[in-house]
Amino acid sequence: MVANVPMEYSLILAAILFALGLAGVLIRRNIVFMLMSVEIMLNAAGLAFVTAGARWGQVDGQIMFMFILTMAAAEVSVGLALVLHLYHSFKTLDADAASTMKG
Amino acid sequence: MLNLLYIIPALPFAGFFVLALRGRHFSKTAVASIGAGFVGISAILAMLIGISFIASPPQDHVFTQSLWLWMQFDGYTAAISFSLDPLSLIMILVITVVSFLIHLYSIEFMADEEGYSRFFAYMNLFVGSMLILVLADNLLLLYLGWEGVGLCSYLLIGFWYKDPANGSAARKAFIVTRIGDTAMALGIFLLFTHFKTLNIQDLMQSAANHWPVGSDTAVLAAALLLGGALGKSAQLPLQTWLPDAMAGPTPVSALIHAATMVTAGVYLIARTHMLFELAPLVQAAVAIIGAATLLIAGCSALVQRDIKRVLAYSTISQIGYMFLALGLGAWSAAMFHFMTHAFFKALLFLGAGVVIFAQHHEHDMFKMGGLRNQLPVTFSTFLIGAASLSALPLATAGFYSKDLILWNAWSSPSGSIALWAAGIIGAFITSLYSFRMVFVTFFGKLKMEVNRRPGYNMKVPLIILAVLSIIGGFIELPRTLGNMPLFSNFLRPVFGGIIELNPAAHGEGILQIGASLVSLAGIFTAVLFYLLRPEYPETFRKTSVFAFVEKSWFAGWGFDALYDALFVKPYFWIARINKNDIIDTGYTGIAYLNRAAHSALSRTQTGNLRWYAMGIAFGAVLFLGIVVIIK
Repeated sequence: MVANVPMEYSLILAAILFALGLAGVLIRRNIVFMLMSVEIMLNAAGLAFVTAGARWGQVDGQIMFMFILTMAAAEVSVGLALVLHLYHSFKTLDADAASTMKG
Repeated sequence: MLNLLYIIPALPFAGFFVLALRGRHFSKTAVASIGAGFVGISAILAMLIGISFIASPPQDHVFTQSLWLWMQFDGYTAAISFSLDPLSLIMILVITVVSFLIHLYSIEFMADEEGYSRFFAYMNLFVGSMLILVLADNLLLLYLGWEGVGLCSYLLIGFWYKDPANGSAARKAFIVTRIGDTAMALGIFLLFTHFKTLNIQDLMQSAANHWPVGSDTAVLAAALLLGGALGKSAQLPLQTWLPDAMAGPTPVSALIHAATMVTAGVYLIARTHMLFELAPLVQAAVAIIGAATLLIAGCSALVQRDIKRVLAYSTISQIGYMFLALGLGAWSAAMFHFMTHAFFKALLFLGAGVVIFAQHHEHDMFKMGGLRNQLPVTFSTFLIGAASLSALPLATAGFYSKDLILWNAWSSPSGSIALWAAGIIGAFITSLYSFRMVFVTFFGKLKMEVNRRPGYNMKVPLIILAVLSIIGGFIELPRTLGNMPLFSNFLRPVFGGIIELNPAAHGEGILQIGASLVSLAGIFTAVLFYLLRPEYPETFRKTSVFAFVEKSWFAGWGFDALYDALFVKPYFWIARINKNDIIDTGYTGIAYLNRAAHSALSRTQTGNLRWYAMGIAFGAVLFLGIVVIIK
């Protein structure tokens, strides 16, 4: 059988992935890269779900991961449509350019 | 007949209402008839009531008439009730008769002025308030009259309101007397707290029964009432308003600032004399203040150039004599001097008014001269008035009243040589400045042509007052000259039988001769300096000492400058610093904090996407942290 990996390692991995994704969202200026970082965050959350499912031997973790994947796909399509609109308005993919609601 | 007492103050008030509401639409004759006529009817009524009172005096020599209930609360009732006793009878007689004569004079004097009906309305309001003051049965009603005369004084001094200087003079008078009024109000509160009544007779009885002589509360109450009297009667240290009050029309100066309002303080002290007898310290202060004031004001009158200012300072000085008498306990002597002073001072003011009227409204005496032949009636009446003021021996009323005060200063137990000396020096200065006024104005060369001569309405009051200034003294003949003290006898029921403070003293005759010589010496000095050798005052003025003294006396011994530095300037300085009103910062501070918080918080609305994302992340971390820590 596969060697028993303690659950904590997987959760820590999920946490690190989440933090990396969050850092990417906050630091990156290009909107497309922000969307990629959001994907990383979603996958990290999915990993946490799968870990929990494996811990208790239930299949619910895997099902949840499928839901997350589906939702991520839908969200990416909407997000990319918004990015197209943004590019059409501001002629740039810089997130800081869209700050006309200042103040 | 005595039941008609209430009509005496009611008529002038009725006159005020009619003239205030509809006066502008009446003709000049109608206004004059109402204004002077109502006061005239009051005067006649006062005389009839006086005759009835003297012929058949009521029980205890007091007649009380209660009109209606004014207010009632918590065990205290205040009523509009008048009480007539010899003291108030003398007051109402003098007030109504002198007021009527001045109203008659004003018919012609103010004939060309706009606001003719306003003038008579205010004058009637004044006479009504003054009558309420002297007839009042309780201190609350007296205070009503007190404030009423203060208001009318303000309205009448600032009668020609279009000139801002008159408004300033009116405000100064009102504010300075207000200081005294506040002291008096505190005194009334004190008396009420102790005795739960403000009826004057009851108060005096209770005070005499409960407060030992010289106790602290008696001294405090008497001192506070004295403060009120000082303000109204323009004595030290509240005398600064009276010379500036001459900005008002001359009849106003004659009525309010010579004969009636300024004597309200004398009346107050005489009315509450039992309280002052319980506080010998305060009574001594009254005498000392009187003596000091009469000297200071007399010296100031000596160097004035404006004829009305001479008379204003003279009024302050003569009221100083009345205060001196009150301080010695010579109550009827003070009231006697009040009566004679009302006659000759009103006469002098009205005469000065004629002179000003005839000289194109010029007030400076030294620009006038030689009016003796141009205005003969005015000259002779003015001369009689000045003679009475100087206490010319035997022939004038002023002699008898001033002499009585000087005799009491010498002989009474609380008198002293110093007070008598102050009175004698004051008498010399008085005759000097009175005859200085006469000689400078009426003798010498005619400097300005006379453009208006007085008619009958102005001459008749002058003549009547001149006659009164001569015969008014004969009702109180001293021991050495006939021994007929009718006036003091009449006032005996009020003042408890004190006619002679020291019956065993002798030397009255010598003192009278001395006082007469001093008065004649003053007249002679005036003749020398202002008639025969007019160059003498110039030589005096050239020396630096005299020049300095003259300048200081001219400015009223620097009291105005002192009060300016002590009170006015610091107050203006504080007002300037507080221009933005510190108290307001409490309210504006809230608005300011609001705006500051708003500008701080609106800095979080950057419109920047990554900023908002960081906000979300930060909040989530914070929340998780709180949950972890609490767990």
